[in-house]
Amino acid sequence: MDFRDIEPLTALRRAPSAPEMTRRQFVKLTTLAGTGLTLGVVLPGCSSKPGGTASGGLVMPFVHIDPDDTVTMICKQLEAGQGVWTGLPAIVAEELDAAWSQMRVLDAPAKVPMYGNLAFNPKGLIQGTGGSTSVANSWMQLRRAGATARAMLVAAAARRWGVAAGDITVSNGVVSHQASGRTASFGALAGSAAQMPVPSRVKLKDPSQFTLIGRRHLPRLDARAKSYGKERYAIDVMLPGMMTAMVLRPRRFGAKVASFDASKAKAHPGVVDVVEIPSGVAVVARDTWSAWKGRDLLKVDWDESGAEKRGTAQLLQYFRRLAASGDTLTAVARGNVDAALEHAHQRIEADFEFPYLAHAPMETLTAVCRLSPDHCEIWAGCQFQTIDQENAAKATGLEPHQVAINTLAAGGTFGRRANFESDYIVEVASIAKATGGRYPVRLIWTREDDIEHGRYRPLNLHRITAGIGPGDKVAFRQHVVGQSIMARAPWGAPRGVDPTAVEGNAADEYDLQNVSITWSDPKVGIPVLWWRSVGHSHMAFSKEVIIDELAEAAGKDPVAFRLALLGTHPREAAVLELAAEKAGWARPFPRGNGRGRGVAVHKSFNSVVAQVAEVTVSGNDIRVDRVICAVDCGIAVTPGVIEAQMQSGIGYGLSAALWGAITLTDGRVDQSNFDNYRVVRINEMPKIEVYIVPSTNAPTGVGEPGTPPIAPAVANAVRAATGIRLRRLPFDLAAARREQKT
Amino acid sequence: MSVELTVNGQLHRLEVAPDMPLLWALRDHLALTGTKFGCGMSLCGACTVHVDGQPTRSCITPVAAVVGMHITTIEGLSTPAGRAVQQAWVDLNVPQCGYCQSGQIMSAAALLSSNPRPTDSDIDGAMAGNICRCATYVRIRKAIHRAAASLAASGAG
Repeated sequence: MDFRDIEPLTALRRAPSAPEMTRRQFVKLTTLAGTGLTLGVVLPGCSSKPGGTASGGLVMPFVHIDPDDTVTMICKQLEAGQGVWTGLPAIVAEELDAAWSQMRVLDAPAKVPMYGNLAFNPKGLIQGTGGSTSVANSWMQLRRAGATARAMLVAAAARRWGVAAGDITVSNGVVSHQASGRTASFGALAGSAAQMPVPSRVKLKDPSQFTLIGRRHLPRLDARAKSYGKERYAIDVMLPGMMTAMVLRPRRFGAKVASFDASKAKAHPGVVDVVEIPSGVAVVARDTWSAWKGRDLLKVDWDESGAEKRGTAQLLQYFRRLAASGDTLTAVARGNVDAALEHAHQRIEADFEFPYLAHAPMETLTAVCRLSPDHCEIWAGCQFQTIDQENAAKATGLEPHQVAINTLAAGGTFGRRANFESDYIVEVASIAKATGGRYPVRLIWTREDDIEHGRYRPLNLHRITAGIGPGDKVAFRQHVVGQSIMARAPWGAPRGVDPTAVEGNAADEYDLQNVSITWSDPKVGIPVLWWRSVGHSHMAFSKEVIIDELAEAAGKDPVAFRLALLGTHPREAAVLELAAEKAGWARPFPRGNGRGRGVAVHKSFNSVVAQVAEVTVSGNDIRVDRVICAVDCGIAVTPGVIEAQMQSGIGYGLSAALWGAITLTDGRVDQSNFDNYRVVRINEMPKIEVYIVPSTNAPTGVGEPGTPPIAPAVANAVRAATGIRLRRLPFDLAAARREQKT
Repeated sequence: MSVELTVNGQLHRLEVAPDMPLLWALRDHLALTGTKFGCGMSLCGACTVHVDGQPTRSCITPVAAVVGMHITTIEGLSTPAGRAVQQAWVDLNVPQCGYCQSGQIMSAAALLSSNPRPTDSDIDGAMAGNICRCATYVRIRKAIHRAAASLAASGAG
């Protein structure tokens, strides 16, 4: 996702107030958060300074060291499978010289600016996870946090032993003074370290000294709990007296409750309350099954006067009219694309279509709320803590500082849990409010709720004209029609083009002299949201398929053709060359038997990924046999996590390429569960090889960049295998064959 | 109405409707939350438990259908195959978000109990009912092979 449009002043005004802090402290924190030097500022609720505990440990915003030698990293980012509970502690442990076995992780409370995402807002005013920013925005902050704690442990040891701090070494969780042979564990020094002054400057390691960062195999800190059924997600929270709720929502977006008859639902055993909330009618019961059965018995009349009633076919007709109308905003205007296209000796004109997509994380949206007259406590896999806090406050009539957020591991999100309206958080808070806070409430969405009431990757139409002129110069004109995601931001719609709608376009990614990228924002009442890789999820596809078509038109090898257009993009070129080399691209690929090979390269979220896909086409079935993936994400903090995220991004993107589509008929979503919203299973997962480009640059994201290249790489492979161009997602080879026969 | 269930070797008497899916009885009434809800239609496998040793989707299995049978959840998994699978899962960093992994592990443990040296195609057959949206499938396959090898080495397979 993209936060370039955040207005810092607006965000500051909207940020939750911090009554427990004086203005001077607030200013200090704000200043320090930006530099990453928040260490030494005491966590509210921890009284002694600069962070001792009653039990004799060291407590700082990002690092706690207990007398039992446990080092706990306080994690400001949501763990949703992307590996932040491993990658972020590794950064702290590296500079602290801790042993990996002593590291633990704990979720941070909702608290800005202390735990703000510095990539979303440099002052740390918005806490949240997304945009593949977790490691990138924490990198210097957590290195300083680890190094500062290390310096305080060393200072405490120097004082205790009466030796110079410079003669003390730290390794693998042990503090040593070699000359005297004295050693101490972190825990033994933690209480004294808490009394030491917080150094204003600390020396960070040279990357050549890293021992944990870059280690090939680092045990994930959450692997054991998640392999023994012990990880606690929101759906697992159990509070005394807690009730479970399900909500009946309208089948058309924008409809409202007109009236409802709860008599049968209320008569169902176990049902305790039926209440209206802004999004529908909630049935509250003693257990999940009673709530589910009770909801089935609910009768609601919906007011559909404001509802979106168009289906996908009508929407696409509308999008095509917009594309033809010239009613557009200009994102990129470079050179003279009209003249260049006129002089092109080869021209390609094509429309590309991309459906709405649901995120479908394995854990459906779930949240727990406990409400009292002056306090609201939320348990959820929160991805946008600051915004969730504010929205929960509005729903309950409280102030944001009266809302406590307990962030738990999320069973996947892919962007779904980060939405400006905090839909599921507001629902659970509204139910708690409507039932007077008489009991804690757990809200569970069914899979049907998840698929039918999503916030989808926007439906998109791309109209492209591209040409090759003398010297293989490429001219590229693209018109994008797709709903704005950022238009829903609480700080207001972007002025001009929504950057997320056209990100990763050909002008950004290749050396082109003549490019025009324009955009129209259709008015549709279907809610849209970032879906793993956001605009890149569609922009990469049309760009990489058209580039392949141009290479073919020019009679050039697809890799060589791309490299010639990447002269000022050395990272992209290097990643592409690595993938090609590892795939054996230089060797001819055996033809026949429906086999084909295709390539794509794309930069997103400051990381570059290239993929070579090998496919077998039987009839109209596409099977992806093998994917060779190369990635440059700067310093590889945890190579195992990076490899997992590349596999994950490929699997996720492949589900969308082969089958993923949310379609509408008369405004109602046609899909409902995994039978008609099909996703990749183990027997459909390709073999994957991942290669990481060695780098000394600061780390960049890996959560999303693995997704954009896979669909175009597979489409290009299918072209090589069959001669058929796939320009509509999900792939329908039979339809493409029919269309291209004429 | 009262239903008696034997879960992880213990007999429980529950006051639940006989049509209540086993999943919700386990989670809401026995606080065994390791078994997860994913689809409610036996499409994703997140709710997989063992009923008399057989992998079973608890989201569509009414409690009335498993009275008198031995139910094992992830919390009670203690067969040699189960332990080997869990250890391989930890050793190979299989989980990502982790939400589907209880179901994956229950399916994998049942596979190894009946087929100690599965081929890739055996793994596809036994595991295709378990969806992972993080797509941890590459490591799941590797971990099943590793668990099989460790069982063979220990002679417990």
